[in-house]
Amino acid sequence: MIELEMQNVTLGYDHHPVLEDITFKASPGEVVGLIGPNGSGKSTVIRALSHLIRHKAGKITVGGREINKIPRRELACLVGVVPQLPLLPSTFTAFEIVLMGRNPHLGLFESESRRDWDMARQAMEKTSTATLAHRHVNELSGGEIQCLLIARVLVQETEAILMDEPTANLDIGRQVDVLDLIKNLCKENNLTVLAAIHDLNLAAQYCDRLILIYNGRIHARGTPAEVITDANIKEVYGAENCVYTHPVNGLPTVLLSALKKKTPGENGISGRGG
Amino acid sequence: MVSKPIEKTRIGAYLSGRRTRIISLVGLGIGLLIIIGIATSIGSVQVPLGTTASILLDKLPFVDMQQTWQSSIATIVLDIRLPRIILAGLAGAALAVAGATYQGLFRNPLADPYLIGVAQGASLGAVIGFLLPTTWNLSGIGIIPMFAFIGAIAATLVVYLISRVGKTLPVTTLILAGVALSALLGSIVSYLIISSGNRLHSIIFWMMGSFSGSQWSEVLMVLPYIVVGIAVIVIFARLLNVMQLDEEQAQQLGVNVESLKLILLAAATLITAASVSFVGTIGFVGIIIPHAVRLIWGADHRFLLPLSILTGAIFMILTDLISRTVLAPVEIPIGVITAICGAPFFLYLLRKRKKAIF
Repeated sequence: MIELEMQNVTLGYDHHPVLEDITFKASPGEVVGLIGPNGSGKSTVIRALSHLIRHKAGKITVGGREINKIPRRELACLVGVVPQLPLLPSTFTAFEIVLMGRNPHLGLFESESRRDWDMARQAMEKTSTATLAHRHVNELSGGEIQCLLIARVLVQETEAILMDEPTANLDIGRQVDVLDLIKNLCKENNLTVLAAIHDLNLAAQYCDRLILIYNGRIHARGTPAEVITDANIKEVYGAENCVYTHPVNGLPTVLLSALKKKTPGENGISGRGG
Repeated sequence: MVSKPIEKTRIGAYLSGRRTRIISLVGLGIGLLIIIGIATSIGSVQVPLGTTASILLDKLPFVDMQQTWQSSIATIVLDIRLPRIILAGLAGAALAVAGATYQGLFRNPLADPYLIGVAQGASLGAVIGFLLPTTWNLSGIGIIPMFAFIGAIAATLVVYLISRVGKTLPVTTLILAGVALSALLGSIVSYLIISSGNRLHSIIFWMMGSFSGSQWSEVLMVLPYIVVGIAVIVIFARLLNVMQLDEEQAQQLGVNVESLKLILLAAATLITAASVSFVGTIGFVGIIIPHAVRLIWGADHRFLLPLSILTGAIFMILTDLISRTVLAPVEIPIGVITAICGAPFFLYLLRKRKKAIF
């Protein structure tokens, strides 16, 4: 069980800061959602927490240890990542891709054993990708690849899972399947889950807490009801009066009407991008 | 009716794929030994296969064959043909495994062992060696291999130093720097060749590659580089698989990408340089053998690398056999044969398997 924590962190590429003074904590057993407009830096947070980029200021800790002091292989045993739809090498089969999740657990002279193969098979069954096992990945759809990547992160057996738009390519049925699976795993195994999610309604339904990133800073944080409010949505996305209460679960729900969208330029979205 | 659970058969297909590749490995290993025997028998003096086998087996520890052959035959087999065949096998194995490594490391199907300047560096070194006054004679190794080796390593080092950004080594920059430096060195080599006068012929012949006149001393000099280099590369085969995802995912799966790149580049460059220095710039093997192996047996580097080693060795021994026998006593440059024999077979494979090859 590990905590992921950022304290006054500045992140950016070259001399261009993307995020400044970011402080938050994600704890075991909770699903934390990162929301915000395009280019707000959701992916950058995920890249920093998997140590793909170095932070320019502040402190990032994984399980209380500073991230730059954790060896790469050990970090991969603690934190697993579901990247945003990457290109996968077409010559590998789906089963081989999932099996690569075992990599951090294997020493240089070790090879996968029966246990690893079984683990990969079970993960593929859980994500309904078992029928794809021997297909080459270039034959698979975006949604199928997304599910494979989730199977791979399950096989990685990490205590924290970072997900970058895990539902972006999924149909609504699969979206619910995948998020249900992750949420259950999180609760059963006390995992720490941090997910960048575009869809505000899915974020509201599945996340225990939300962090709204806007203009390079954390704009709001708290429970879905605290973060997804008319005022916040208007300021960040430029859409007015579109937050309703879901008739069944009582969570905030965003219903957009074209008439309620201001013209671009007035709403401040165009100011930051990229 | 009791049927196997579906999930078991799903792993089953993966396992049977592994089994096929393990059997292929053993088969190719045995094939390599047989081909060494056959190639040793064929030449200007025909030695019966049984005699060759006896002579070779007699040399193994703890095996004593009754000597039924003339000692001159033993000399032809052991001191003239065998070192040449072993050197050809080593060069083929080295180029094939280096090619597979570069292709995997750069995730680029066009990569070959000469991509980042090894060949042009070696050529420049060798040409300088040819142009030196013949009275310079360094004891031990010939001057040409030594200069070629220094040239190959120096060129790759320059490419590496140019492409390095801080602590990282962007692969695309590395390739572009390699191509640019190769072009520069190539033009210098061309100029030196046209102004080389009566040494023109020997330079051209060196550049096309040849195994003629190979000796045990050469084999022993190349062997450590190639064996150590191959061992290092094969150890990292699983990580090379993970690298095929992309560098970011590889890091997220625990691979120390930058140090892996350095280790593999150094190993692949070393074995290529060792091979080029002694046998010249033999083209085609390093790019085609790994692709052919990938087409037949798949992309898992834990099999791709050893299968490429064996296939490369067999291919090179056979092409050398053709080069020294078809127009005997004239030898055809090995580079000519590798392409003439290899290209049609590879085109056939491409045509037959129309699925994605890389």
